[in-house]
Parts: sequence; structure tokens; C-alpha cells
Amino acid sequence: MTDNGNKINNKSTEEKQEFDSSRRRFVKNTGMIIGGVAGGSVLGGLLTNQFQSDTETTDGKKEPAPATEARMFFTRYEDFVVLEQATERIYPEDDNGPGAIGLGVPYFIDKQLAGKWGVNAKDYRQGPFLESDPTADMSSLTRGEIFILGLRKINEESQSRFDTTFAKIEAEQQDEILANFASGDVDMKGIGSNRFFDLLRTATLEGAYSDPMYGGNRNIEGWKMKEFPGAVASYADIIDEEEFVKMDPVSLTNYQQKS
Amino acid sequence: MAEKLDRVDVVIVGSGWAGGIAAAELSKKGYDVVCLERGKDHSTEDFIGAKDELKYSRRIEMFQDLSKETLTIRNEMDEVATPHRSNETNPINGTDTGGSGVHWNGQIYRWLPTDFEIRSKTIEKYGEDMIPEEMIMQDWGITYDEIEPYYDKFEETIGVSGEQDPLRPEMSRPFPNPPLKETATTRLFKKTTKEMGYHPYHMASANVSEQYENPDGETINACVYCAFCEQYGCDFGAKADPIVTVLATARRHDNFELRNNSYVVRILHENSRATGVRYVDTQTGLEYDQPADLVVVGGFTFTNTRLLLLSEIGKPYDPVANTGVIGKNITTHSPNLTHLRVRGFFDNKKFNRYAGSGALGATMDDFNLEQLDHTELDFLHGFLIRSTQLGTRPITHNHVPEGTPTWGQEFKDKSLFYTHRNLDIQQQNGVLPWRYNYMDLDPTYKDAFGDPLLRVTSKFHDQDRNIVRYAHQRGKDILEKMGADHITVPEITDETEFDHTSLGDHTAGGVIMGDNPETSAVNNYSQMWDMENLFVVGASAFPHNSSSNPTNTVGALTYRATEGMIEYLENDGGLLIEPETERSKS
Repeated sequence: MTDNGNKINNKSTEEKQEFDSSRRRFVKNTGMIIGGVAGGSVLGGLLTNQFQSDTETTDGKKEPAPATEARMFFTRYEDFVVLEQATERIYPEDDNGPGAIGLGVPYFIDKQLAGKWGVNAKDYRQGPFLESDPTADMSSLTRGEIFILGLRKINEESQSRFDTTFAKIEAEQQDEILANFASGDVDMKGIGSNRFFDLLRTATLEGAYSDPMYGGNRNIEGWKMKEFPGAVASYADIIDEEEFVKMDPVSLTNYQQKS
Repeated sequence: MAEKLDRVDVVIVGSGWAGGIAAAELSKKGYDVVCLERGKDHSTEDFIGAKDELKYSRRIEMFQDLSKETLTIRNEMDEVATPHRSNETNPINGTDTGGSGVHWNGQIYRWLPTDFEIRSKTIEKYGEDMIPEEMIMQDWGITYDEIEPYYDKFEETIGVSGEQDPLRPEMSRPFPNPPLKETATTRLFKKTTKEMGYHPYHMASANVSEQYENPDGETINACVYCAFCEQYGCDFGAKADPIVTVLATARRHDNFELRNNSYVVRILHENSRATGVRYVDTQTGLEYDQPADLVVVGGFTFTNTRLLLLSEIGKPYDPVANTGVIGKNITTHSPNLTHLRVRGFFDNKKFNRYAGSGALGATMDDFNLEQLDHTELDFLHGFLIRSTQLGTRPITHNHVPEGTPTWGQEFKDKSLFYTHRNLDIQQQNGVLPWRYNYMDLDPTYKDAFGDPLLRVTSKFHDQDRNIVRYAHQRGKDILEKMGADHITVPEITDETEFDHTSLGDHTAGGVIMGDNPETSAVNNYSQMWDMENLFVVGASAFPHNSSSNPTNTVGALTYRATEGMIEYLENDGGLLIEPETERSKS
């Protein structure tokens, strides 16, 4: 999919307004119309977060979102929403605990792509790229490019099959599309859709289970579900136990030396 | 134009186990030694608080920077090889001070007496017809009895914690430390396999069971089972690595210097004598020539092979003409074949899988090369079986029974449920060399300095697949007896092929040892037949790969090599061994 540059697609912009109820209320109350004629500054103001409510907790109090949760890599909100929805289907919230969104996985992936991993800095990148059906690592595309291409392709598939964006279709419909990506049945430029899906799946698990300092595994909830104790200095006292020993997980924040 | 530095007695390429042992032994003897390491400096203080799975196991922090150099891979000679681009596809070998010896697991085994005389013994037992066409197995030019004292020496240096394998030759003395602790899984493995008539024992470990001072006076701390060994530096100085052992010993001597960020690009030579090495300071881009009386190349298999090819030392191997030696006999324990594992899932048993140590486990040798009768089998060599407890970190361990989806709600639920309710039975088999599996220089792809990359040409043979299939069935039998409710046996089809995930960190060959210069590059002191003041040490010297882990044999052969180096320096040179002149049959 080509990049539209500064031009914003009207249809998807309108849909995004509907997806975000607080923003829609603002639009309704003020009577402002979003369309092709709207000026950049008005539109820019609307698409920022300043009119949105903070996260509401169960007891009704509002908590500010963590200051580390803003997009570094993804310039388009619309791409990020697809990332949120796709990772949540790969690792959904259930009786075990939070899903990818609750664990901060989308922001984790955003941060990873903004760093050296996203541009394959430690990889050998000289051409020619001759592999047929390359994995993400072997592709001529960087990981950042693969994510952008893949997420936009997911939205395209949703539009063509269900006439609306990926974020708005039912979970079963989202799964159907993701399953087609996973089996390599969606045509993508430069890389197989299954290769993109493998990258997405792996990154999702990395976000769920890496140390919380990277932005995922929020509140160590991933490790709690996984019963992984994290950065524990010694297991010398329990290593020979016959029965399972459950431990509260410790992150590197509470392990590394600090001044 | 390279700047010429002051001459030293010895220059060593690489600071891993091979380079590190040479550094310690030669420095102790008072020689002026410079050791060149392409990677950065690091030490135990860098590993404190390094319990970070994303950084070390997923982003592969401690492995070679492939943006500077990698290798290319193909199956057949008529194919175009493609570069191995990312460590995340498959991490192969290390970099930085201590090399791969810093982030190893510390699993210690000796190789079998038969390994060193494999061709003679196979012919003696079964006749020459038993060896398949194109399998170029050959004797090592050394016997087990000759290498045994050097195994002992390396084991003392690294404080091996273990016990005698009941099926192997009695060691000249016990390991210096008792085995690591038992766990629920080692007890279950031993009980089950004993009931089946096998001979399990506790794996030997270089993560030491008790604080230990080695013969050089270096201290290794007691392992605390924190489960961050594989791909990590040890948080506690409890894993014997080159930094806390041999390099520490070398550094006690003013006549030793370790130079980091020094990428060796050529071995310099004149009139069949090595005169030194040329390297690039990667922080300035400047080239230097380091002259030396003796040159020791102690890098990984690929580095050693490539440096000889780039420097035009020794005759490159030509598989079609079956001539030459440099680049032949590449073998590896492939992650996508040799290391595929049978896994059992237990609905009602939960183990402390998060805890462990890199070489903690129970193993058995009942199916090794010497125990099996190959007349009724469709493979040669043999395999070990083991159940390890290395610590299952959460990103890389999400195993689910067969038939479970790989993503979504059911995957999440089952991968969480079985996290501590699964065990794998690992087999590791001997890998034998083939005529058309070899290394040479790539015609297309270059490194950061403009030199050709190393090219690996390799494919699997029926032998390679059959031995793993057979071993997996033995693993399945054990898991059934253990009471596993679901067992996953990896599928190996005739299409299972060598690819970009096949080169393991146990890759060997390229500069192999033997007793005949026509079929080997170095003698059993790792001295080049064609250049007597050049010693090429490490797994590059192995004519084949045995069924157990290679580091103990790297250590042993390097200790022997250092004896040769010292003899060479003290006695004004010459070949340390008379070559056999008649070309051996292959």
C-alpha cells in the first residue's frame, strides 16, 4: 500500500471518530464536521488525545496513562489500532488475566520498532536479497517496514471482506483474517503474510513476557500468569524441591544495583 | 598502509577457550603474548543484573555482530548461497572477550575412545563396506589415551562438577567437584531409565557445585541455580568461562596483553613461515601489522577456516577433485535436526522448571557409538539422551501439546497451564562428515572490510535423519514410562533439509587434524603441516562431531597444542610430529 503522505483518508478518519466515543461526543457537541474541507490545524487538534478521558479504574477513579505510553515508531494512529487489535487476538484477555492490550504489548512493539531492532541494525543487510519466501529476518524489508505493510494489509482485508476497519469487526471476523495471514494466504508485497504473522506473534509474546522495563508485561502481570519468578538471585534453596514452589515475580527494577 | 608494530613472541587470534588457554600457558612461560579479540571488553561486572531474556535470548546480545561479517549457506555446489542475515534466525557464535566461552551452558563430556580412531575401528568391527559412499570419516591422529591427561587438565582448570559415566572408561581421577544438586526432573529421569535397564548419571557441569580454586589460583564461585546461563554471562562468577579462569591467569603476567576491538583480517607469511597478523582497529578503522615468532589462530571454526583461506595458507579443499584440506569435514549439531526434542506434557505433575543451571540434568550413554551394534541399524555413530533443567524462560518456552493452535485463547490457556508441566528428552547424536559438505569463500558477498564471506555448502543425508528418528523413539519410550499424558515427537521427513537454522554453536571442521598432510591441515598439536610456526586451535580441528558437547575436547586439544607451542619455541622450531606420507584411503 502506498503512503498517502499528508492526505488523510476521509472514510477511515470518520470511522476512527466513531471508534473513539469520547472524541465523537466532542465532535457532536461542538457541531464540527470532519471532512475534506477541514483545515490541518483543526484536524490535528481533534486527533490528539487532549479531549479523551484518562483510563477509568474499577472504582471509578481516573488514572493517567503511563507517561511512557506514546507512539515513537507508529506515526499513524490507525496503524496502531490494528496492532492493538491483532495482538489482543493473538494473546487475548481471559480468566488467566490480561491480554496483549492490558499488558502494554502494543506500546512495547512500538518501542522495539523505534530502536535498532526495527532497522535490523545488527543484521547483515547487503544485497542481493535472493531468498525465495524469505523469513522476516531474511527479507530486504526492515522489521519496521514489515509491520507497517502487514498492519495496513490487515485493514485492507477487513475493508474488502467486511466493509469496515479491523478494529470494528467482530472477534471471530478478526480471527478469520489473522488465520489467513498465519497460513500465508494473503498476498503481501515483498514478504509472505505468514512470515509477517510469525513476526507479529513472536513480538506479542516478547511484549507479554519481557521485563516490564521494556514497556510490556505491565505490572508483571505476564509473569504472574506464567508463574515465572523473573530476576531472582538464587534458587539454591528450592532447586531440589519435589513440589512446585510458587514465588512472587521480581523485575529488574527491583534487582539491579541503583544509586 | 598498515602500521607495523613491535614484534612479540606470540600473537593469538581470539580470546575464547582456545585463545584463552594458549594465552594463559604461554604467558606463564614468560613469552610476550598479544591476544587480539574482535569484540569489546567485558567482564563479570557487566553480567550483574543481566537477567534479561529479551536482550540476551531474543536480541542475542552476546553473539557476533552480523552487520560486519556473516557467512553464506547453500545445499549444493550448483546453487547460489545466501547470507545468514540475523542472529534471531539462529545464533551461531560469540564475540567479545572470552568469546562463546562466556555464554555457554557449561555442559562437559569427554568424547569416546572410538571417536579418535573412528575409521579404523569402524572397519575393524564392520568392514569398509559399512562406510557409505561420500562419507569421509577419518582418524584423528591421536588416541584417547593420549588425550586423556589433557581432558583432565581442562577439567581441573574449570572445576568440573560431576560423576563418572558408568559406561565410559574410568577417568584417571574423579572430577574436582561433586555433581550439582538433584531436582524433581533428574530424579524422575534416573528412576525411570534405571527401571528400563539404562545407566543414567548426573551431567557434568562447568557451573561449579562448590566454590573452587583452580590449579592456576583462580576462584570460581558456587552455582546458585538462577537459570540464566545459556546465552548469558554469569551473574555470580559461578560459570567457568575464559574471563574468570584462563584470561585472569594470563592477565597476572605483565608480558600478556589483550587487545579488544581488533579484527584480524590476514595471517601474514613469507616463505612458508607466519610472520604475524594484520588487523583492523574497529574503533578507528586503522590497520596494523603485529609481527610475531609464533601465530596462534584460536577463533571459532568459521574464523579459523576463513582466515586460512583469505591468507592463502594450506591447500583449499576441492570436493570434486577430492584434493586439498582447508574447508573440509564441516559437521554440526543442527538446531533443526540434531537438537529437535521429544517433549512430554503432564496433566498432573508440576515441576520447578523456572529454576536451573546450564548443565544441570541427568544423562545416559546407553546408545553411544560404542554401545550400539550397527549391523541392524540404518546409521553409524550413536547418541546421548538427557533431560536437562536449564530454566525455562517465558518468551522462549511456550510449549503446547500437539493439535493446540499456535495463537489465540486456547494457545494462551494451554501454554500457561503446561509451562511447568512439560519436560523434553533431548538426544544429541554424532555427526559424520560428507564429501560435498565443505567451506570455501563466497564469490558475491563481502564483509565490512571488503573481504569475501565464508560460504558453507552442506546438506543432510539419510544417515543424519535416520539416527535422529531412531533416537526420538527412545526418548518417546522414556516419556511414556515417565507417565507423560501427551508426547510430541518432531516430524522428520525426507525433505527435512539443512538450511539457515542448521549451523549450531557446535560447528566443527575446516582445519582438521590427522597424521597425514594430504588429508589433514594440522597435526595433533594443532600445528599446521604447511606452516610450522602457525597453530590453529579449536573445534576447527575436529574431523567429525561426536554425540556429546564439544568444549571439553576443544579445551583438551588446546592444552596439548600449548605443550607443542612451548616445545616449538624452546627447541628452535620444526614439525613436532613426523607426517605419515602415504595418503590414507577415504
